[in-house]
Amino acid sequence: MLSNLKTIWMILRHTFQRPVTVQYPEESIPLPPRFRGRIILSRDPDGEERCVACYLCAVACPVDCIALQATEDEHGRRYPEFFRINFSRCILCGFCEEACPTDAIQLTPDFEYAEYNRQNMVYEKEDLLISGPGKHHGYNFYRVAGLAIGGKDKGEAQNEKPPVDVHSLLP
Amino acid sequence: MIEILWSLVTIICVLIAALTVSAGLIWLERRLLGLWQDRYGPNRAGPFGLLQVVADGIKIFFKEDWIPPFADKPVFVLAPAVVVMTMLMVFAVIPYTPVIQVADLNIGLLFFLAMSSLSVYSVVLGGWSSQSKYPLLGGIRAAAQLLSYEVFMGLSLMGVVMMAGSFDLRDIVVAQSRMWFCIPQFLGFLIFMIAGLAESHRLPFDLPEAESELVAGYHSEYSGMKFGMFFVGEYLGITLISAMITTLFFGGWLGPVLPPIAWFLIKTFVFICIFILFRAALPRPRYDQLMAFGWKVLLPLTLLNLLVTGALVLVFEG
Repeated sequence: MLSNLKTIWMILRHTFQRPVTVQYPEESIPLPPRFRGRIILSRDPDGEERCVACYLCAVACPVDCIALQATEDEHGRRYPEFFRINFSRCILCGFCEEACPTDAIQLTPDFEYAEYNRQNMVYEKEDLLISGPGKHHGYNFYRVAGLAIGGKDKGEAQNEKPPVDVHSLLP
Repeated sequence: MIEILWSLVTIICVLIAALTVSAGLIWLERRLLGLWQDRYGPNRAGPFGLLQVVADGIKIFFKEDWIPPFADKPVFVLAPAVVVMTMLMVFAVIPYTPVIQVADLNIGLLFFLAMSSLSVYSVVLGGWSSQSKYPLLGGIRAAAQLLSYEVFMGLSLMGVVMMAGSFDLRDIVVAQSRMWFCIPQFLGFLIFMIAGLAESHRLPFDLPEAESELVAGYHSEYSGMKFGMFFVGEYLGITLISAMITTLFFGGWLGPVLPPIAWFLIKTFVFICIFILFRAALPRPRYDQLMAFGWKVLLPLTLLNLLVTGALVLVFEG
C-alpha cells in the first residue's frame, strides 16, 4: 500500500520533467557519425564512376537487393550497364560497402526516403550515382591498381610500377 | 411553461456538456499520460492537439461496424447503449449549482447507486453476447467485481447520508457549508474513490478489459461506434464518479469568490486528473488480490467507518 502511494507521488513529480521526445520533423535527430542510411554510388576525383562492376556487393548482400550487369567501354574499362538497388529489401547492413574494392558503393546518413509506392523504392543507377567522391576524397582505384588497356597489360607502360601482387598482401 | 422550457434547456446543456467532456477526456487522458511518462502525447492536430478528439470521432464513425455472425445479435447491439444511457441518467440528479440541476430527486444518491450498478449490465451482457472466450472472461470478471465493490460503495456513502440526514444530493451539498465531508468522512472518501475506480472499470481495476491478458476483455468483438459507445460510457463514468466525489465529499458548488459552477467544474476536473494519475502510476492487481482486498480489507473498514460515524452522530445529536 505504501509503495503504491510512493509510486503515485513519483509519477506526479514527473509533471515537472521535460519530455524526452524529439519532435522529429521540426527538430532533427542526432545521428551517430557512422550511421548507415541510403546507399549511393560515388565517383572518383576525376569525375568517372568508381564502380568496376565486380559483383562483390551483390554477392555480399544478404538480402539480394543489389542487381547489376557489367559491361566494358572501348578501352576495356569495366563499368555497370545497370545498377539497381531495391531499398524495400535493403537492410542497410553495410556489407556492400565493406565488400567494395573501389570504395564506389557507400552508405550515407540519409534515412528519409519513404515512398507511397513500393516500386518507387527501386533505385536505378542514375538515382544512385552522385557527382562527388563521397567519404573517400582523392581515392582513385585505377591510380593504385593500374589499368590494362587494349595491347598493354598492367605495369607494362614506360615508368609504370608493376602491379601489386595481391598474394603478398595476405596476412 | 417557462419552467418546462428552463428544464429542457438545462437537460440539453447538461447532455451536451457531459458528452463533450467525455470526448475531451480522451485528449486530456492522453496528454496527461504523456506528461507523466515524459513525452508529449497527441500535439499535432490543431492547437495542443485538441482536434485529435475530432479526428478520433470521425475515424470511429466511419469504421466498419461489424457484428460477429456467432454473436447474440439483439443483446450485442443493446449492450453498449446501456452503459451510455445509465451514465447519462445519473447526470440528471447531480446538483451543479444551486439553480442548475435537471431533477431534484429526494433519493438522488440511491438513484446514482442504482444507475451505476445497472451500467455493469452493459459490460456483462456485452461479454456474454459476444460468444467468444475473452469477452466472456471479461464479463465474468465484471460481474464478480460488481458484486464485491457495489456492497461497500453504497455503505461508504452511508456515513455522508447520516451526517447530512438526507439522500437528496442538494441537501448533502448544503449540509457541507460548514465543513466538507472529506474531513470527518475521510475513510469513506478513500473507500468511495477506490470503489468508484472499480465501478468505472478504470485502471488499476480494469480487470474486465485487461488488454495484456484478455485481448480487450468484454469489448474484444466490438468495432466502430459500438466500441466507441463503450469508451464514451467509460469516460462518462470517470466524469460521473469525479462529480459525485465533488458533490458528496468536497462540497459541490461551495467555495469563495468564484461562481458556483466554476467551483464545481474545478473540483471535478481535479478528481478526473487524479483518476488519470492512478492510471499512469499503478499496476493492475491480480484478480484474486482485487477480490480479497475488497472483501477482507475495504468491507470491514467501511463497516467500522459506519459504526463510528453512527455512534458520533448519536452522541452529538442525542
